[in-house]
Amino acid sequence: MPRTRATTAASKPAASISPAWSSRHLLGLQELSADEIRLLLRQATAYREFAASNARKSALLKGRLVVTMFVEPSTRTKVSFNLAARRLGADTLDFAAGSSSLSKGETLVDTALNIEAMAIDILVVRHPSSGAPELLTRQVKSAVVNAGDGAHEHPTQGLLDADTIIQHKGRVEGLRVAVVGDILHSRVARSNVWALTKLGAEVWVCGPSTLIPDELRDFGVKISYDFDALLPSLDVVNMLRIQHERIKGPPMFPSIREYARLFGLNAARMKTAKKDILVMHPGPLNRGVEITPDVADGPRSVILDQVTNGLAVRMAVLHRAAGYAPFAPEGKA
Amino acid sequence: MTTLLIKGGRVVDPASGVDGVANVLVRDGKIVSVGDKSPKASEIYDARGLVVCPGLIDMHVHLREPGKEEEETIASGSAAAIAGGFTSVAAMPNTEPACDSEAQVEFTILQGRRAGLANVYPIGAVSKGRKGEELAEIGQMFRGGAVAFSDDGTPIWNAALMRLALEYSAMFDRCVIQHSEDPNLFGCGCMHEGKVSMELGLEGIPAAAEESMIARDVILAKVTGGHLHAAHISTRGSAAQVRAGKAAGVQVTAEVTPHHFTLTDDRVRSYDPVYKMNPPLREGPDVQAMIEGLRDGTIDVIASDHAPHATEEKELEFNEAPFGVIGLETTLGLVMTFLVEPGHIPLSKAIECMTANPARILRLAKGTLAPGAGADVTIFDPKKTWTVEAGTFKSRSRNCPFEGWKLRGRPEAVVVGGRLLACR
Repeated sequence: MPRTRATTAASKPAASISPAWSSRHLLGLQELSADEIRLLLRQATAYREFAASNARKSALLKGRLVVTMFVEPSTRTKVSFNLAARRLGADTLDFAAGSSSLSKGETLVDTALNIEAMAIDILVVRHPSSGAPELLTRQVKSAVVNAGDGAHEHPTQGLLDADTIIQHKGRVEGLRVAVVGDILHSRVARSNVWALTKLGAEVWVCGPSTLIPDELRDFGVKISYDFDALLPSLDVVNMLRIQHERIKGPPMFPSIREYARLFGLNAARMKTAKKDILVMHPGPLNRGVEITPDVADGPRSVILDQVTNGLAVRMAVLHRAAGYAPFAPEGKA
Repeated sequence: MTTLLIKGGRVVDPASGVDGVANVLVRDGKIVSVGDKSPKASEIYDARGLVVCPGLIDMHVHLREPGKEEEETIASGSAAAIAGGFTSVAAMPNTEPACDSEAQVEFTILQGRRAGLANVYPIGAVSKGRKGEELAEIGQMFRGGAVAFSDDGTPIWNAALMRLALEYSAMFDRCVIQHSEDPNLFGCGCMHEGKVSMELGLEGIPAAAEESMIARDVILAKVTGGHLHAAHISTRGSAAQVRAGKAAGVQVTAEVTPHHFTLTDDRVRSYDPVYKMNPPLREGPDVQAMIEGLRDGTIDVIASDHAPHATEEKELEFNEAPFGVIGLETTLGLVMTFLVEPGHIPLSKAIECMTANPARILRLAKGTLAPGAGADVTIFDPKKTWTVEAGTFKSRSRNCPFEGWKLRGRPEAVVVGGRLLACR
């Protein structure tokens, strides 16, 4: 198929593309300034009451079409983006990758051009290849929102994690936060690292040495291989699952049993933690591996708050993708 | 009797120690004389202001024929060679099917002759089908005209097979060209492993994948007495391994590509697969080590590793796209602009790395303008500035990472076997 851009794909222009935002696309948090991350988080706060109930809806994106293209399985994120778009009054379309032309050998860019020819405004993409959303920005005219690409970034997860910390702790700055687990293969870890370091947290990563890239030190991240030594000093701990699907060579640690012993968060370890520690997890949980059920469902867990906050964060991201100027509940911008 | 006089150019022939303004007389496909006399000739080429050197040799190209003729053919690759100022190319055997028999070696030579442009020399596969399991018929391929042996595109990873290959090819005084890469350390990597790959979330290829293989092969070359040529080295550590091997008297030579002395892994931040090649783009200190390696003689050869790919294949997700970039039509400009112009290496050294040195490694009676030698000559303008536009290239492919670059130094004409051909 010739690579021509459909002239019919005339997205409706936004009322004004606000200069407050650096771009309509959201590819990652690494390229955002601390100020823009704060602005997005304030925008999310403004949407919190919309997110909390079905009763309130905005008409901001009325007549706009938001397409979710998930070329990798997802539960939370896809539902959350769809719901966020609907609460903003947008039409939504779910492009199911398995049943699409992608499984017939069509390239990602061709597929996206064809979807775009149907006049979409915002394309929300999840893809197993790092950089796939950026590839799309060079080919399509709609705003591209990264919903997770390979091991690169999962920016809305990074934002909602920061949002959840702020909700419970009032701030990120000065807190000691650790991301624990398979850092090497995790886009959540990267987005967390960029957001939290920019917002002034003391960020640690912890896990088996084979799953921790040393290069993180260059970004001011501290590395620990000793969870027991690290845990008592933490304000926030974010537990990640092992990304078995991304490990292609020999297994990178000897056994799940040994992993859980060294890096699993369980009741015994929780006794050594601060009383007000926040326990986070981006899901999906592997109960009994990185986190035991009693801890995941326990009093210090904010795992379900993360899911709720995700909705408000994604409303804020779609607001930005549509090109609208930010607004804040208390008149702060 | 046709005669050609290339008049008034700066003649640089490192093999015979010549560097100065002179006239080159060619008759019946041979160099007759290099000097200040102006003998009568049936054809005169005014080379004033130009450099006249032995015909450039690119000892590492992929011409894709047979198998992927939509990406390149021996004819289109030969045309790209001429356009880039190269009079000879050595074609890697990773075609489909692999060039692993006397018949296929002869097919490559025949297609080169049919094209009638550059000299095309086949490199035979080391192993049958390039599978890395057992030796291909190296002796038969030698008889058919293979100038070296390699499984390039993939390494000869089995140490026992590599040892056999070095021993066996030494019988015919031909080198083994190794694509140095440990497949297990390489894994599913798609870019250099380092800070950038960590940030981008792309699987890395550690420098150790290349360096450990070179270290092993230097030892094997030492024990066998064979000639190891390390293709496209790209890291500090690889240069160090080759340097140490040479110092220990091992018969080891090495080459570097223009992209490895000009680009770093920072380019991959765009996720544009035009920056995806194997070995991958490395870090700043590695680029410096490549330049230092050329300067001190550790690295003998500059070769393009011309690797054409169809546009639709390259416009994929970074990890899905194939490795490789084209280079025949940009190499000379990059060498002049980034090595000679800044004074990293003298012009004569640069020319040596593209003439006498590859000729010596491939055992070709070429790479010199000495009287009696075959008349392969490259004539280029060392000052001419031009802009890279891959759309105008003779190559069938467009996967060029230097699009839009302004380069200084452009080939004007070549002489192949006494026949004058314009580069454009």
